[in-house]
Amino acid sequence: MTTSSFSDPRLVSDLAARISSLGVKDVQLMEVCGTHTVSLARHGVKSLLPSGIRVVSGPGCPVCVTSDSDLNLAFQAARTEGATVATFGDMMKVPVGGISLLDLRARGADVKTVYSPFDVLSLPSRGTTVFFGVGFETTSPGVAALLREACRRGVRDLCLISCFKLIPPALRAILSAGDTKIDGLILPGHVSTIIGTRPYEFLADEFDVPGVITGFEPVDLMMAIYALLKMIKDNKAALVNAYTRSVRPEGNQEALKLLGEYFEPADAEWRGLGRIPKSGLALRPEHSDYDAARRLRLVRTQLAEPSGCRCADVIRGAALPTECPLFSKKCTPENPVGPCMVSSEGACAAYYDYG
Amino acid sequence: MDRISLEHGAGGKLSHDLFTRVFASKYGNRHLSRAADKAVLRIGNRRIAFTTDAFIMSPRKVPGCSLGALSIHGTVNDLLTCGAKPMYVSASFVMEEGFPVKELGEIAEDMASAAKGCEVEIVTGDTKVVERGKADGAFVVTSGIGEVLSRVDVSGRNARPGDSVIVTGSVGRHGVAVLIARGEFGLATEIKSDCSSLTGLILPLLRKYGPMIHSLRDPTRGGIGTTLNEIALESKTCLRVEEAGIPIDPSVKAACDLLGMDPLYMACEGVMAIVVDPRAESQVLRALRKRGAKEAAPIGRVISIPKGRVLMTTSVGGIRHVGMLRGVSLPRIC
Repeated sequence: MTTSSFSDPRLVSDLAARISSLGVKDVQLMEVCGTHTVSLARHGVKSLLPSGIRVVSGPGCPVCVTSDSDLNLAFQAARTEGATVATFGDMMKVPVGGISLLDLRARGADVKTVYSPFDVLSLPSRGTTVFFGVGFETTSPGVAALLREACRRGVRDLCLISCFKLIPPALRAILSAGDTKIDGLILPGHVSTIIGTRPYEFLADEFDVPGVITGFEPVDLMMAIYALLKMIKDNKAALVNAYTRSVRPEGNQEALKLLGEYFEPADAEWRGLGRIPKSGLALRPEHSDYDAARRLRLVRTQLAEPSGCRCADVIRGAALPTECPLFSKKCTPENPVGPCMVSSEGACAAYYDYG
Repeated sequence: MDRISLEHGAGGKLSHDLFTRVFASKYGNRHLSRAADKAVLRIGNRRIAFTTDAFIMSPRKVPGCSLGALSIHGTVNDLLTCGAKPMYVSASFVMEEGFPVKELGEIAEDMASAAKGCEVEIVTGDTKVVERGKADGAFVVTSGIGEVLSRVDVSGRNARPGDSVIVTGSVGRHGVAVLIARGEFGLATEIKSDCSSLTGLILPLLRKYGPMIHSLRDPTRGGIGTTLNEIALESKTCLRVEEAGIPIDPSVKAACDLLGMDPLYMACEGVMAIVVDPRAESQVLRALRKRGAKEAAPIGRVISIPKGRVLMTTSVGGIRHVGMLRGVSLPRIC
C-alpha cells in the first residue's frame, strides 16, 4: 500500500460497512494515544461508526497527565534567579491555580519553547537551563540522547525536571482499577515503535482485553476498530500488531538501551490516575548532577486539582469531555481550566475543535 | 486576560476577543467592524475602501516572498476584499539602530516593484528608529485606499444559503514557507510562499460579475479555516465544505503532516475565498483559471443551519466541525 491508500475513502467506507455488519453493540473502546485522539477527530472517524460503539480517550496526552505538583516544580524553576526554563509548546499554557508558564513569562520569567530536546543546547540562557521534560517512550530516548551529548561536551549549565512516563503501567492501573468499562484498546503507534509489542501482552493474558497497535491514518484506525470489534464478537482477546510497517516485536533496541543508560523506572504521579508504581522515568543516580530538583532545591508540594474540572475522569476514559460541566462554558481553549483543553492532543480540545 | 500574549496576534479567536474587548467599545462608530483592518467609507458620492496592516515577518525573506513585497501585496489584497480598485498606499518603517541601509534599500525596492505590479503608488510614509534590541530588525506598516467598484458589495454578511464557495488557489503555502524558512524544524525541503497581488485576478472578476459575487476574503493569518468561520459568523449561515475539494499542495500537506499542523490554519498571501451566486459558479471558475489561477476550485456551499458554523465532510467521508484557529499553531510534541 502507498501512503495515500491509508486515507483511501473507498477502503474507509468498505471498513465502515464491515464494522456495521458485525452488529456489535454496547461496546466501549479506548484510544490510548493523543495523536490517535486528534486523528479520529480530524477525519471525523467516529461519525462513521454505528451508534452502539463508543470510543473514549485514554491517558496518552503527555501534557494532560502531567500532575499539578510536577508543573509546580517547573514554576519554581521559572521563578529562580538565573534560570531559563525550556519546554514543549503546550506545557506553556497549562494553568495551576490560574497561572501558567506563559503568564510567568509575561511577568518576566525566562521561559522558552523548544520543538526538539536538542534545541536546548543552543538556547540563550540566563545561567542554568532547566529542561521541563514531559512525554512518553517516544520522547524520552531523544532526551537521553541530549544528555549523552551534554556529557560528551561537558555541558554543566543544563538540568532536567523529568516527568517522563511509561504507557504500559498506566494501562495496567486503569484496568486494575476496573471503574472504566474498556472492551478493547487502540494502542499507540509511536510509543510501540520504541517499546515493541511485548510490554502489552499482559492486556490479553491478565485482563482478557483485546488490543490493536495501529498507525494514524483513517484506514489504520478503521482497521484497528474492525479488528477489535471482531475479537469482541468472537469472544477472543489477543494482541494484534496492525502497524507492522513501523513496529517490531522487540521495539527499537538502540533507543531502549540509550534510555536505560540515563533513566530508570520510578513511581510517578499521573493526573487522574494518582501515583502509579514504576510508571515514570527518573535520572539514574550516576547522572543526578542533571537533576533540576537537586540543583535548584525545588520542593515537591501536593496541590488540589481545580474544582469542577473532570480532566481526571477524561484521562481514564470514565467521562467524555462533553460530560464535564465546565466543557465549553467555563473551560475553553482560550481560558482552559484543565490540561485536556490546553493540549492540542487533549481530548477536550479535540472535542472542542472538531466535535 | 491581563497581559498580551503571542496568541493575541495570531489572527484567531483571541485576536477577535482582543478587538472586541479593548478597541471596539472605545472607538465605537458605524464604520468599525469585526474585520477591523478595513473599512468602506462614503465620501461625497464615492465609496472609498481604507485598510491598514503591520508586517513583522521573520525571517524577512523566504522563498517566494520578502517583507517589502508582502507589505504591498497584503494591503492591496485587503483593498480587493472590500471590492475596491487599489490606488494609493502609505508606508511607515520602525527600525532598530544598526539596521543595514542596504537591506532597507532592498525592502524599498521590493515594495516599489510590487506596487508597480499591482498598479498602486506609494505616496507617503514615515520612518522611526528605536534603540538596538527594541524591535526585531524592521517592521513595516502600510495603509491603502481604493475606490469600491459600482454594483459591488462583497462583505462577509452577504453570503446566502445556496451560494457556492470557491478558493482561487492552494492554501497554506505562505505559513508553511515561513515556518520552514525559520529552520527550527530542520526540514531540508523548500516551499515557496504564494505571496502575490490578486489585482489582475480579482478586478476583472468584480467588473464582470459584480453583483453575483457576494463575499470576498483573503485567508491570511488564521488560514482558510478561520476565514470560513468569519464568513459563517458574519452572514449567520453555515458553510458546508468538502475536504477533498480544498486544493493543498502535496509538499505543504506533507510538511504539515510531519509537524502535526493543519494546513487549514496556515496563512495564505495570494489566495482569495469567494462566495458566489451558484448560477455564476462555473463562469467564475473558468474566468479564474483563464487568468492563471489553475488550482481554483469549488470547496463547498452555504447552507442555512447550524448558523455561524463550518462543517466539513472529511476526505474519508466523516463529518466534523471546523473551528477558528486558536492560539499560535505549534507542532505536536510527541
